[in-house]
Amino acid sequence: MRTRFFTIAIGLLSLVLFLRLFNLQILSDEYGNLSLKNSVLKQYVYPERGYVFDRNGTLLISNQPMYDLMVIPKNLKVFDTLDLCEMLRLTKVELEDRLYKAKRYSLRAPSVLLNQISKQDYAVLQEKMWKFPGMYIQRKSVRQYHTNVASNILGYISEVNNYDIQTNPYYVKGELIGRQGVEKTYEKILRGKKGVSYLQRDKFNRIIGPYKNGMLDTLPTAAQDLTLSIDIALQEYGTALLANKRGGILAIEPNTGEILMSVSTPTYDPNALVGRERSTLFEALKKDTLNRYLFDRSLQGQYAPGSPFKVLNALVALEEGVVDPKMSFKCYGGHYYARNQFMACKCSPGSKNTLNKGIYRSCNTYFSNVYRRIIDKDNAVEENINNWHNHLRSFGLGNYLGYDHPVGQPGYVPNANFYNLWYPNQRWRGATIVSNAIGQGEILMTPIQLANVATTIANRGYFFTPHFVRGVQGDFIDPKYKTKRTTTISKEHFTHVVEGMADVVRRGTARVAAIPGIEVCGKTGTIENFTKIDGVRTQLTDHSVFIAFAPKDNPKIALAVIVENGYWGGRWAAPIASLVIEKYLKGTVKRKWLEQRMLNGSLEAEYAKVTSNKPFEINE
Amino acid sequence: MNKYLRFDWVSLFLYLILVGIGLANIYSAVYDAENTAIATSFMQKQLISLGIGLILIFLFQFIDVKFFERYASILFLVSIMSLLGLWVFGTEVSGARSWYTIGGFSLQPSEFAKVGVALALAKHLGGFNTQISKPRDYMGAFVIMAIPALLTILQPDPGTAIILLGFFLVLHAEGLPVFFFYAILCLLGLFILTLLIGSFGTLIIISVLATLIVVLQKKRIAKKLLRPVILIGIVCAAFTLSVSYIFENVFEQRHRDRFNILLGKEVDMRGVGYNINQSQIAIGSGGGFGKGYLQGTQTKGGFVPEQQTDYIFTTVGEEWGFFGTVVVLGLFTILMLRIVKTAYKQKTTFSRVFCLGFACMLFIHVAINLGMVLGLVPTIGIPLPLMSYGGSSLLAFSIFLGIYLRMYYQRIQ
Repeated sequence: MRTRFFTIAIGLLSLVLFLRLFNLQILSDEYGNLSLKNSVLKQYVYPERGYVFDRNGTLLISNQPMYDLMVIPKNLKVFDTLDLCEMLRLTKVELEDRLYKAKRYSLRAPSVLLNQISKQDYAVLQEKMWKFPGMYIQRKSVRQYHTNVASNILGYISEVNNYDIQTNPYYVKGELIGRQGVEKTYEKILRGKKGVSYLQRDKFNRIIGPYKNGMLDTLPTAAQDLTLSIDIALQEYGTALLANKRGGILAIEPNTGEILMSVSTPTYDPNALVGRERSTLFEALKKDTLNRYLFDRSLQGQYAPGSPFKVLNALVALEEGVVDPKMSFKCYGGHYYARNQFMACKCSPGSKNTLNKGIYRSCNTYFSNVYRRIIDKDNAVEENINNWHNHLRSFGLGNYLGYDHPVGQPGYVPNANFYNLWYPNQRWRGATIVSNAIGQGEILMTPIQLANVATTIANRGYFFTPHFVRGVQGDFIDPKYKTKRTTTISKEHFTHVVEGMADVVRRGTARVAAIPGIEVCGKTGTIENFTKIDGVRTQLTDHSVFIAFAPKDNPKIALAVIVENGYWGGRWAAPIASLVIEKYLKGTVKRKWLEQRMLNGSLEAEYAKVTSNKPFEINE
Repeated sequence: MNKYLRFDWVSLFLYLILVGIGLANIYSAVYDAENTAIATSFMQKQLISLGIGLILIFLFQFIDVKFFERYASILFLVSIMSLLGLWVFGTEVSGARSWYTIGGFSLQPSEFAKVGVALALAKHLGGFNTQISKPRDYMGAFVIMAIPALLTILQPDPGTAIILLGFFLVLHAEGLPVFFFYAILCLLGLFILTLLIGSFGTLIIISVLATLIVVLQKKRIAKKLLRPVILIGIVCAAFTLSVSYIFENVFEQRHRDRFNILLGKEVDMRGVGYNINQSQIAIGSGGGFGKGYLQGTQTKGGFVPEQQTDYIFTTVGEEWGFFGTVVVLGLFTILMLRIVKTAYKQKTTFSRVFCLGFACMLFIHVAINLGMVLGLVPTIGIPLPLMSYGGSSLLAFSIFLGIYLRMYYQRIQ
C-alpha cells in the first residue's frame, strides 16, 4: 500500500495550479488589455464644431447634416438592387463589392455602405428605406460654408491620415481635422474636446450595453466659435475685382493689425470640398499647375516688390543720413551707374528730382543714387548692407510675419554673406547690386509683407503682427497680436515718405487711384518677371503692383494689390486698390466706370501666351 | 459519541459551498441583462439536480455500507448495461451518443458508471484472498476499468474514457507493481517527445540512451543488462512508431490541433486556438480581485465557449480574480485531502478503496479540467466537479458523497 501517494499527488496538483494561476492573474499584465480589446468598444462623443463669423458677425461656416447609408449584412433581405443603384448612382458591381466588404467586416455589426449622401439624395432615399431591410441611415455633421469666396482663408477639414494619428494621440482613424486655413490654426478651439463612452460588446461585435455602467465615460467639452477679422463683403468685392486675373489683395487695419481681406485668384468655392465629390474636385484643384488654385498668392506668392520698395530705401537712407529730403539728383531718362551699364527711367531727360518727386515719379535714377549712397557710405559695404538688411527685417521682411494662418513664405532680403558668395573677394559694391534700389534684384516679398509695409508707413513706424482672428467667442486673443512691433526707422522720417506717397495719387503715377474726399497715399510698381518655358528663361509681361493706405491721417486701411502680368501699377493694381478703399471707407463705389473696367477686365489672353507654344510679345 | 457529531459535516459543507459557487457562476455565465429568463431556467434545472442529489445523500445515510458491498457487482452491471443501452435508446448530441433523454431531462450514464467502477473495484480488491500485486488480481481490476472505458470510447467520448482509466491511480496507491507506474510515465514521456520532435528523433534518442546504459556499466553487469535493455528499447521504439502512426492516421485533425496548440506548434488564435486563448484572457484579465460579479467583459460578451459547463472556472477567474480561483482551488484541495484521510481510517478494504476512488475521480477531474482551462493540458471536454452546469455530473458526485458520508459515519460505529 502506498498511503502517501494520493496526498502527495493532490499537493503537487494544487501547487502546479496555484503557480499557474499566480502567473496568469498576478504576474502577467497583457491579459487585461487583451480582454479590453476583445470586449470593450470605445466610442467617442463629438461636440459640434465651432462656427466662424466675420468681423461684422456674418456667419461664414456652420455645420450641416450629411448622411451615411449603413448596413447590417445579417438583417439584409432580398431587395431591388437596381432601384438602390439608381438612387445612389452606383453600378451593380460597385454595390455588390461594398456589400461583400461589409460582410467580410462583420455580419452582425453595422458598416458604412455609402458615405456622405447629400441632403437631396437623402430626401429621395429616405422615402424608400422601408424597401431595404438591414439598412439604415446615419446622420453626421460636415461643414457648410455660407460664402463662395475666402476658401484660402477659411481652409477646410478632412479625415486624419496616418501621420496625424502618429503625431497627435488625440486623433483616431476616421476623425476630422482642420487641414488648411483658420480651420487648421484654430483646430483646438473649433473642435472642442471629444467625450468618450465605453460600451460592452459581445463576440459578434454587437453592442450589449454600457461598460461598467458608464463609470469611465467622459463628457465632451463644447467647441468655441471664432470671429475673424476679415470683412466678408470686402473679400467678395476684392475677389470680383480680380476676376479673370491672377493675383492677390491683402488689406490690414493699421491700428490693430487685423487682416481685413486676403484675396487670391483664381479661387474656388469652399463648398466644393464638402461631400462625396470632394476627392475628385480636390485632385482637380491640386493638379492645375497653371491656375494653382490651392496656392494662396496673397500669403505664399513671393514676388520682387518692384517700385513700392523704393519707399523703404528712402526711409533707410533718411535714417542713415545719407540723403536729405531736399537733395536732388538729375535724371536723363535714366543714367549710367557703371561703364556701359545704363538704367532706364521714365523721367523726361534733365529733370531734377528731390525725395518727394523721386517717389511720386518713381524715378529709378534718384533711388539708384540713394541706394548707392546707403551701400557705399564710407566704403564699408558689408557693414552698410547688413545695416540695411536689419532695417528691413524690422519691417518684417525676409522672415515669416507670424500671422495665424498655416501657409506663408518668408520672402528674401540679401545680406553681405549672400553677395560675398556671389562675388567673392569683395568684388561688389552699391553699383553691383543696384537693382535692389528699385525693388528688383534679389529681394522677394509676399503681398502680405507689402501690405504690412503700407501698414507700417501708415502708422509712421510700427505695426502689429497681422492676424485673421478677432476674437474667440468674444474675448480671448493671443497677446502677441496686441504687441506693437516698432521699426528701426525714426518717426520723423516717415513724414517725408508719406507726403511723397500722397503725391503719387495727387499728381504722380497713380492719379487713377484718387478718391474724392479721401486722401489716399500709395506707391505703384511694375515688376519685371521671368519664367521658364521649355527650359528657356523667358521674360513675361510685368506684374502690376500697388501699395496704399487711406486716409493719410489716422489711416483705416492699408493694403497691397498685385496683378500678375498686369503690365504697370497704374493699370490694374492701383485702380483695384482704390476701389477697395472706397468700398471699405464709404460703403459704396461712385466711380462706376472704373469699377466696371476692373470687374470686366480679363488677363486670360495674357496668361494663354505662356502655354500657346508660339512666340509672343510682352508688355503690349 | 453523539451520532450527529460523528457525521462528516465538513465535507458536506465543502460540497455545498462548491455547488453554491458553481450556481452563482453559472448564473453569471449565462446572464443576459435583456433576457433574465434564460439564466433563471439554467438555475432551475441545476437546482432540481441539486435537490435530487441532496435527497439521495440523505437517503444513503440510512443504508448500511454492507448493502453497497453486497450489491456492488449488480450496480456495476447496471451501469455497464446503461452504457450498452445507449446504442438502442441513446440520443446523439453533437456527434456523441452519450445521453438518455427522459422528459425534459438528459442523463449521461457514463457519469454514473464512475460510481459503478469505484464500487466494483472496491469489491474486487476487498475480496477475500485478493492481492493486487498478483497478476491474476490486477488483471481483473484492469478488466473492470477497461470495459466501461471501451464503451465510452465507442460513443465516442474519449474524455470520459480517460477519466475512467484514471482509477489506475487507486490501484497504484493500493500496491500495484510499481513497474506499471513507471511504464505509464515512460510511455507518456515518449508520447510527448514523439509529438514534439517526431518519431525519427525519438528513435535516435532511445537508441543512444540504450547504448549509454549498457556501455557505461562494468562489463559483467553490462552483459546481464544487454537483453532487457534491447527488449525495452524495442518496445519503446514500437510505441513511438505506433504513436506517430496513430497521431497521423487515426486521430482526426481537431485532436491533432489540440495537441499542437499545447505544444506551441500552432498559434491560430481565431481558429482552433480560440477556446484556449479566450479562456486564458478571461482568467488573466481578472487580476487580483476580479472585475466583480456579473461584470466580466469576457463573460458578458460570450467570448469563452461552453462557459457554464466545462469552462465555468473562467467566470470565477474573471469576476473574482486570483482571490476567487485560489479559494476554489483551496476548497477542492481540502475536500480531496479530507476524503483521502478518511479512506485510510476505514476498517474494510472495500470502504477504503471506494473512498480513494472518490478522491481519485475528483483529482482527475480537477487536474484535467483546470489544466485545460489554464492551458496546461490539451482540450478534453470534461466538467469541473460540483461546479459545472450539468445534472448527471452533479448527481454522480452527490452519490459518491452520499456513500462516502455513510462510510465516514459508519467507521466509528
